[in-house]
Amino acid sequence: MIQFQGVHKWFKKLHVLNGIDLHVKPGEVVVVCGPSGSGKSTLIRTINQLEPINEGSLVVDGMDLCSKKTDINRLRAEVGFVFQQFNLYPHLSVLNNITLAPTKIRKTPKKEAEEQAMALLERVGLAVKRDAYPTQLSGGQQQRVAIARALAMKPRIMLFDEPTSALDPEMIGEVLAVMQDLAKTGMTMVVVTHEMGFAREVADRVVFMDHGVILEEAKPLEFFKNPQHDRAKQFLKQLLSPMH
Amino acid sequence: MLHYNFDWSVVTSGKYFEWLVSGLKVTLELSAIGIVGAFLLGLVIAVLKMSHYRPLRWMASAYLEFFRNTPLLVQIFFWYFGSYKILPMAVNDWLNNTNFEFAAAVIALIIYTSAFIAEDIRSGILSIPKEQMEAARSAGFSYLRSMQYIILPQAVRITVPPLVNQFLNLAKNSSLAMTIGVMEVTYQARQVESYTFKGFEAFTAATVVYLGLSVTITTLMDLYNKKVLNAHRA
Repeated sequence: MIQFQGVHKWFKKLHVLNGIDLHVKPGEVVVVCGPSGSGKSTLIRTINQLEPINEGSLVVDGMDLCSKKTDINRLRAEVGFVFQQFNLYPHLSVLNNITLAPTKIRKTPKKEAEEQAMALLERVGLAVKRDAYPTQLSGGQQQRVAIARALAMKPRIMLFDEPTSALDPEMIGEVLAVMQDLAKTGMTMVVVTHEMGFAREVADRVVFMDHGVILEEAKPLEFFKNPQHDRAKQFLKQLLSPMH
Repeated sequence: MLHYNFDWSVVTSGKYFEWLVSGLKVTLELSAIGIVGAFLLGLVIAVLKMSHYRPLRWMASAYLEFFRNTPLLVQIFFWYFGSYKILPMAVNDWLNNTNFEFAAAVIALIIYTSAFIAEDIRSGILSIPKEQMEAARSAGFSYLRSMQYIILPQAVRITVPPLVNQFLNLAKNSSLAMTIGVMEVTYQARQVESYTFKGFEAFTAATVVYLGLSVTITTLMDLYNKKVLNAHRA
């Protein structure tokens, strides 16, 4: 579904992705973790070409991102992206945030798009907020709307870039629950997160990155019980008991 | 003592009143077409100026510098006295059969004002967080569609106050159209003055017209801002 081969990426002189090889299979949930500055956000942003890669090959859903023939807008329509800061459209109501792309890009009739949007809002538990504006919602609610907005395009892949990092602790659970439900439907998901509980329960695989390199790739249980790499051990230790 | 007998009846009734009213209609037409045209053209220039393609950016910059930095009166004269010399015959014939003075004045007003509006809108666009563009592009919108549906609607909201200024300037600048014989309200006030020597009354009437027009524009934009744009702002 997603295939990285020898992918490199530089920001000026900074080597942010240093030879990434990664293969995500259809229906798989992959959690990417690592210390800040490890390149994990850049990695997930290359998948829908928010960041173009400089070297190597990257094939997403059968489309080669390095080929000039690939219609990047078509690819992006198939790949949902959820941001750390939600990035809802502040000038549109919750309902219109969700229906905008389906009606304009997929040419879904307005009524049908609204029915689908309402079904998605039911699913994320926010049907009552259909006419609210983003500024009137809490962070957790905004992020659930953002997930519904991404799902409205019926994507084949969902990408989550630290979806709970900007949330107050009591709101993290509601967002993770929505993501867990989504994983159960067989959606292919790549999730950058520090929520190790989510990784343990939902992920099929955990990828640990540092300095633009994938240091470790393992089943969650193996990764948490028996991390191989020193950096991974240190990272987990800090994450689980930050005071020490 | 004052040796002048005020006679307001010349501008409130009869033939001269009708002249002023017909002038008011032309002024309203100039202003309405001018505002809509300048706004739309300003949007296009603003987007071109922010394009990723350098030649488009250069074109937009040249346009802005050229039309912002030359007097409106010269531009009106250029379109009226200069442009027909380089246009094809067929276009000239057509223009002569239409109202060429009016067309030249409207074109000059639109182009001149669009340069200022473009800069106002561009600063509005720049104030929208770049994450909005990322969110739009991630959904599969092209750059232009992202602008159309997500960035510009937000930018225009921020741009409303400076836009009001540009609209007011355009409405008042439409008085320059009299120099090429467009029979708008200032032109008619001049006429009334020439026929009656009642200059005070005639230009008071013109002043009231512009004042009324400006207040109307401001009020309409205020209403639009309150009712349409900010209705949802919590």
